[in-house]
Amino acid sequence: MKRHLLSTEDLGRDDALLVLDTAERMARVAEASVRKLPTLRGRTVVNLFFEDSTRTRTSFEVAAKRLSADVINFSARGSSVSKGESLKDTAQTLEAMGADAVVCRHSASGAPHRLATWVRGSVVNAGDGTHEHPTQALLDAFTMRRRLGRVDGLAVTIVGDVLHSRVARSNVWLLTTLGASVTVVAPPTLLPLGVSSWPVEVSYDLDAVLPKSDVVMMLRVQRERMSAAFFPTEREYSRRYGLDVDRAARLADHALVMHPGPMVRGMEISSQVADSARSTVVEQVANGVSVRMAVLYLLLGGSGETT
Amino acid sequence: MSGDRDTVGSAGTVGSAGARGQDGSWVLRRVRPLGGEAVDVLLTDGIIGAWRPAGSTTPDSEGLPPGTTILDTDGLILLPGLVDLHTHLREPGREDAETVESGTRAAALGGYTTVYAMANTTPVADTAGVVEQVWRLGLDAGHCDVRPVGAVTVGLAGQRLAELGAMADSAAGVRVFSDDGHCVSDALLMRRALEYVKAFDGVVAQHAEEPRLTAGAQMNEGEVAARLGLPGWPAVAEEAIIARDALLAGHVGSRLHICHVSTAGSVDIIRWAKAKGWQVTAEVTPHHLLLTDDLVSSFDPVYKVNPPLRTARDVAALREGLADGTIDCVATDHAPHALEDKETEWAAARPGMLGLETALSVVMETMVVGGHLDWAGVAERMALAPARIGGLPCTEGGPGSSIAVGAPATVTLLDPSPRRVVDADALASRSRNTPYAGRSLPGTVRATFLRGRPTVLDGKVV
Amino acid sequence: MAVPAAGSPASRRPGVARTVLSADDITRIVSRMAHQILEKTSGGAGVALLGIPTRGVPLAHRLARRVQAVEGVDLPVGSLDPTMYRDDLRLRGVRPLEVTEIPDGGVDGRVVVLVDDVLYSGRTVRAALDALAAYGRPRAVQLAVLVDRGHRELPIRADYVGKNMPTSRRESVAVRLREIDGADGVVILPPAVTPAGDGAPVDGPVVDGPVVDDDGAIGDEAGERA
Repeated sequence: MKRHLLSTEDLGRDDALLVLDTAERMARVAEASVRKLPTLRGRTVVNLFFEDSTRTRTSFEVAAKRLSADVINFSARGSSVSKGESLKDTAQTLEAMGADAVVCRHSASGAPHRLATWVRGSVVNAGDGTHEHPTQALLDAFTMRRRLGRVDGLAVTIVGDVLHSRVARSNVWLLTTLGASVTVVAPPTLLPLGVSSWPVEVSYDLDAVLPKSDVVMMLRVQRERMSAAFFPTEREYSRRYGLDVDRAARLADHALVMHPGPMVRGMEISSQVADSARSTVVEQVANGVSVRMAVLYLLLGGSGETT
Repeated sequence: MSGDRDTVGSAGTVGSAGARGQDGSWVLRRVRPLGGEAVDVLLTDGIIGAWRPAGSTTPDSEGLPPGTTILDTDGLILLPGLVDLHTHLREPGREDAETVESGTRAAALGGYTTVYAMANTTPVADTAGVVEQVWRLGLDAGHCDVRPVGAVTVGLAGQRLAELGAMADSAAGVRVFSDDGHCVSDALLMRRALEYVKAFDGVVAQHAEEPRLTAGAQMNEGEVAARLGLPGWPAVAEEAIIARDALLAGHVGSRLHICHVSTAGSVDIIRWAKAKGWQVTAEVTPHHLLLTDDLVSSFDPVYKVNPPLRTARDVAALREGLADGTIDCVATDHAPHALEDKETEWAAARPGMLGLETALSVVMETMVVGGHLDWAGVAERMALAPARIGGLPCTEGGPGSSIAVGAPATVTLLDPSPRRVVDADALASRSRNTPYAGRSLPGTVRATFLRGRPTVLDGKVV
Repeated sequence: MAVPAAGSPASRRPGVARTVLSADDITRIVSRMAHQILEKTSGGAGVALLGIPTRGVPLAHRLARRVQAVEGVDLPVGSLDPTMYRDDLRLRGVRPLEVTEIPDGGVDGRVVVLVDDVLYSGRTVRAALDALAAYGRPRAVQLAVLVDRGHRELPIRADYVGKNMPTSRRESVAVRLREIDGADGVVILPPAVTPAGDGAPVDGPVVDGPVVDDDGAIGDEAGERA
């Protein structure tokens, strides 16, 4: 493993599999009567969240604590960050605190990359702008492997606001690295202009793609995109790209429905589908802890001299 | 930034130094005008006094004014003093990033003898008072001539025309008007500005960027932006404005200048406009001739600039356009920024790059080394054409005249041989935001003369 | 942990690998240890065997098979990875995790016999004891090792020892097992000329197949060198 986990684009197949295999072992820890491991005793993990995300922050916090790391939650709200302190000043503060790892969530694409140039510890990208969210993709791949036994060879369809989705980007790189074939489905306005250079198929027709999909990953669509003319109305979006019961019926029996959360029920996914047996929404949360334990272990477990 | 060779060593002085006034007289021994055959060139009384056979001049030579310094300039290339149509000197307002003094010092070291100072200062240079202030600061610093650019609209707000005539009539004698940093996006206002400046032979320099298409934009829209999740700045946002303004300039018969052309499509549109016979000129920056948007993958805001770095295809088209004259000149868009405006996450950083001290080297690397331009072409694109566009009087007499006998002794001496590694900390600018740090570039400016007075000697400011 | 090919120029030391236990020796020793376990645990009542990966796991299975053959008793067999309980992770760099497989019925109230190939510093066993505690509270914990090479750093001793093997700290002991390495045997590797910074024998002797046990022989010694 490299010293930081900033993106899945530069995560090699061997390292990706190492994370997934390690996460599998971590998941077994949950079965022991004592769930806490002494592995990262004496290490400090800082959760540096410039954007609110209780889900992701809690997941990292549980993961770090299960490995006995000390966890400091440093959220932008109520701190000097909201008083105009720069990212660099914050980095220097964390450095002085002796952070071994910084888990960073930021609204600006690339902020964790910058942070990584200013701190000695490991930086884990917990979502940066519309760039990447690598641990989400790793837990998605982990969930697929647990449910379907493999990622290699799966047909995965990613539906929704790909343009603004860090989850989509991280999944595209990771899943294709692991041998899945990925199709992105969205109105053309919600696909990046450069999508043609991605290793994916592009479709505007969800119905045509569903029957051949092993996994359908629904992305959140923010209502405010409407005001910027990305699509005319919520109703039209939902009719063309939402996953309702009728559409879900076109899926193969084994096919999974995934959602990184938080869901907009009734918009991109109907409640019946979100709560159905093929939905992995709940186990994705549990798997998130295992994957984040694996990442923290692999980045911090050793001496870190192999950078 | 200093090269190893001490090429501009003094080879001797005639009589007692300073006998001919403070500027003295100088012989450039074995210098190569525009890279051609070597000659000895005498600079005296602020003009080019004589060309003599190469190596013929010694301290004992006949006809040398007393106090003449003979410089060993063997192998150096003699160019007319460079003219930059697009410089941000940041004064008044952001003296922490640059001042007229530090910016013109950097300009002289880069071989420049005239810079056009952009209007986006605080306060904005939209009145005669502010442009005269900048002009006087330039005179005081003395490193090169400073020609202020006036804002087209009050406060660069794109709402009302600034008092263009008052700025033209001021001591600064403004001829170039620009809202650079902002596009004059209102078509009617742009038409009026183009028409109005005809009265004093002014030119409007347009920052071509359709604002609605670039709201929130962070980098070139394309494959790299798609990967990095950074909002895209589409080429069409530049091209649409250039096309519109070329049509307007043609319609009203005015001069239009296009700032920092960055796309292949823009080159095509300008070529088309020139073919129509319209008075459209254009500039390209050194960084758009060399750098591409894949550098943004580092998320290092030193590569953040507006218009953004484009693709290799655009770079090739820009070089071709500059070579064939579609693009008239190179302008640096030297944009100093304080550390705290660059050492941030990408989206929070201000756009802009330093350029004055590296421009000639980048042009040599991208245009001369590759055979797109000879040294006469470099002189045209970096000195004569920008002087004509900017309305400088000293170029009357036509292209190439600036290093002929009788022309002002406003020249630059370039040592083409050594490559150097750019060291941001060694730059004269107050800021450090050069995208070339650590990069090896050819050529070093060894000396710059402004009307016979050296502003740079031995690669150091005099 | 690459071992240079035989006869590579890097092999500057004169020593050669010494085979100390043959395949037949190992078979006889495992058989004897199975008898000892039965004897000491009154016929294996309530006993579970937990192998410490990598090579402790096949050894545990072999012991269980011998016990079955001798006494007709099926002892539950599992594996216990102590990696995340080690106290030397920071010194040695991150290592991949191995499988932990607790047999059905868990460990509560059972006599757990930990099985490993080589006992050296005792740090692996200490970590294994901590790992075991996370899964429950055995009635007793015992330790079975194929080779005890001495040099303990902790107050730990084995209940069942296949072979006591005095070694120098600078030597390495490599256990090879059919299930993992294709053949059985135990060799002693002479000291390396230069201390191996990362724990691997820098210029290895003439040995075919893997000689480095991740957790048992060379690994332990490596931890100390590093």
